[in-house]
Amino acid sequence: MSNEPIRNLNNGMSDINSTKKFSFTKLLIDNNTYIILLILIIVSSLLSSTFLTPINIRNIALQQAGPVLVAIGMLFVILTGGIDLSVGSLMAVGASVSSLLIKDLGMNFILAILIAMVVGLIFGLFTGILVSYGNFQGFVASLATMTIASGVAFVLTNGTPVILPAGTLDNIVDKKFFFPIIIIAALLIILFTLIQRYTGWGRIVIAIGSNPTAVQLAGIQTKRYIMSTYAVSGLLAALAGVFIAARSATGSATIGTGQELDAIAACVIGGASLAGGKGFVIKAVAGALILGLIGNIMNLMAVPSYPQDIIKGFIIIAAVFLQIFTSKSEKAV
Amino acid sequence: MQNDCVVEMMNISKNFGGVKALQDVMLKVKKGEIHALIGENGAGKSTLMKILAGAYQKDKGQIIIDGQEVKITSPKSAMDLGVSVIYQEFMLAPDLTVAENIFIDNLVNHGMFLNWKDLRARAKEQLSKLGFGDIDPDVKVGTLSVARQQIVEICKCLARKSKVIVFDEPTAVLTFSEIKKLFSIIRQLKEDGVSIIYISHRLEELFELSDNITVLKDGKYIDTVPTASITKEELVAKMVGRQIMQLFPERQAKIGDEILRVEHLHVGDMVTDVSFSVRSGEVVGFSGLVGAGRTEAMRAIFGADKKDSGKILYFGKEVNFKSPKQAIKNGFGFLPEDRKAQGLLLEQSIRVNATLASMRKIKKFDIIGHKKEKDYVKQLLSSISTKYGSIEDNANSLSGGNQQKIALAKWLAADCKCIVFDEPTRGVDVGAKTEIYKIINRLAEEGVGIIMISSEMTEIIGMCDRAIVMRQGVVTGEINKSELSENNLIKLAMGV
Repeated sequence: MSNEPIRNLNNGMSDINSTKKFSFTKLLIDNNTYIILLILIIVSSLLSSTFLTPINIRNIALQQAGPVLVAIGMLFVILTGGIDLSVGSLMAVGASVSSLLIKDLGMNFILAILIAMVVGLIFGLFTGILVSYGNFQGFVASLATMTIASGVAFVLTNGTPVILPAGTLDNIVDKKFFFPIIIIAALLIILFTLIQRYTGWGRIVIAIGSNPTAVQLAGIQTKRYIMSTYAVSGLLAALAGVFIAARSATGSATIGTGQELDAIAACVIGGASLAGGKGFVIKAVAGALILGLIGNIMNLMAVPSYPQDIIKGFIIIAAVFLQIFTSKSEKAV
Repeated sequence: MQNDCVVEMMNISKNFGGVKALQDVMLKVKKGEIHALIGENGAGKSTLMKILAGAYQKDKGQIIIDGQEVKITSPKSAMDLGVSVIYQEFMLAPDLTVAENIFIDNLVNHGMFLNWKDLRARAKEQLSKLGFGDIDPDVKVGTLSVARQQIVEICKCLARKSKVIVFDEPTAVLTFSEIKKLFSIIRQLKEDGVSIIYISHRLEELFELSDNITVLKDGKYIDTVPTASITKEELVAKMVGRQIMQLFPERQAKIGDEILRVEHLHVGDMVTDVSFSVRSGEVVGFSGLVGAGRTEAMRAIFGADKKDSGKILYFGKEVNFKSPKQAIKNGFGFLPEDRKAQGLLLEQSIRVNATLASMRKIKKFDIIGHKKEKDYVKQLLSSISTKYGSIEDNANSLSGGNQQKIALAKWLAADCKCIVFDEPTRGVDVGAKTEIYKIINRLAEEGVGIIMISSEMTEIIGMCDRAIVMRQGVVTGEINKSELSENNLIKLAMGV
């Protein structure tokens, strides 16, 4: 309790200086997600000599481009106080649709990607309409969409992986073109960070999660905004599915299984509140990277995959504990 | 000191953030007495009772029950000490039966399993004691009338063998004959040696029922007097304890043309055939008891709820706002009564809150101009002398009064021509009240038509050009400024 005096100062509401004063505790609290990431990177590089090699870093970036986008989409839904369980299945839909269009119809791969994204958007809109206008809870509506989308992916692919011809989707993971998916993911991260910070949409989405009644009484049509977050989430999930299909040159209905939970975990590790109204794009991205790095380092250390899940679960608990602990002291400071 | 006190609360203090809700407050309740606790809204009655009930923790002071100092750390510990509270909002589980509700914290008497027969018999016995043997213990509580739900609440307290029962505004939701019945039950409880703490705004009830009265004002203890030794006027003087006129600043508004006319408005069974009008620069008060349908009428006009029928003329044109968005677009604002639940985004910054209803002003193609917004908010807040650290601080870092000013600022920013203020000073300390009145006056002086819903009669009298009184969904009268008095308001509000 060494910061007792600071606490008293802030209780006097008109204290202007305290907000400008440099506080090390506050710095730690504000950046706890990044600190976890940094610690993880340091520990990983000590544990494995291959961790910080360019090849491994590139692998991580290629691997995580998809999950990061899914986490961003999930974040906006979570900000409104909702949840989107359909993202994993929508990754499968995105992968299946784009692969089939390329393989069976010989479609240009860029057009195929765009169509896959539109399909994801439509699925997301469907969930959003159920939530906004059907008064479904997000959990239930997206559970239904998740089941439907998964079924659609299996029907489309007949349950067999679609092997993609060379010179199509593999272009977006090609070194020659400087790994387009990394660039696309980076641009989207920047775009959504700016959207969250500088647009009315970004602000209203957070506001809805804080107090939907107040926002509605302020003359804002909350339903449209809530619906739109599911649409964004669906679109990003489909694109993420394409990324994963591109990396393995295979579209399959099993891509993205369990990814919805990783995306939720990423948001939570990034400090988002499942009650809504709190969370940042960059922190959710950091959360996704934390999960990705944990998987990566355990692979490098040759930990078998089942124990990996156990360890991952405990690391999530630890990260969330840290969030709870620091957000408590945030109130006190 | 004689020690026939069941409950003694000594020097109780409690702060919420920067607001002193209670300062050195004292309350002594004897065995088998009916002790009334009165004071204006915000005087600290509820806070004191919540401390007694374990819902809040006191900052300072002692609580003595049956001569022993006790620590009340949770509602459970209060119950174990024999203290029960019947809140305005009942703490009943509507989908459970009467019997289950009465014994909710003691369902299993012996062994591991619920003995339904025994439970029913015990419930029946408890209900019969109060003369309500006709309530079926097997019926779901949600299907009972409000008055009967209250009986179930009382049985619940008795089942816990409560020594002290706090009634918080128990008659607000009851009809006249139900009130009579409740009073006879309360007297019977007194006969049985139970102590009653009775909170009510209705002075007549206190004089009819209570043995002693403790008066609180602005979080401070004023006096405890035997009811028989004081007149109504003396009591009011103690409660108010200040010149009303000082609290309400002067207003020089020109009352102009009619802005809003509402004719024969019906909303569900809460609002029946309500008609009124508001002119520019005019402050029209809506008085009445809680649940009189005032808020419901305004919400329907604002487009937050659906109206069943009725005509709304706004600047001479018939309108029918389908959503708050439409209303606000047309310059019709609404400050909701509960700022925590409906007014503010507590976890968001002051800046975000202040511009929530006027975002179109600070954005282009949905891109927010942050610099413009900051300057705008700072200017806005200084014009209504709000105290804050930084506009980036969360709204919940402010005191109640300043929070309310932020909620008001939201509507100032939205350039309204007609605004409804629903209980604008609830839970706000006296100093901040005057400042809120100043803001309302300024708006009126700028020609805004103002509707002020308030359950505080002093506020209606001090602020309004005209008051409309509602009772059970119906307008029971309209009083001009020259004839505004508590007496006239009460008569219309209570239908006597």
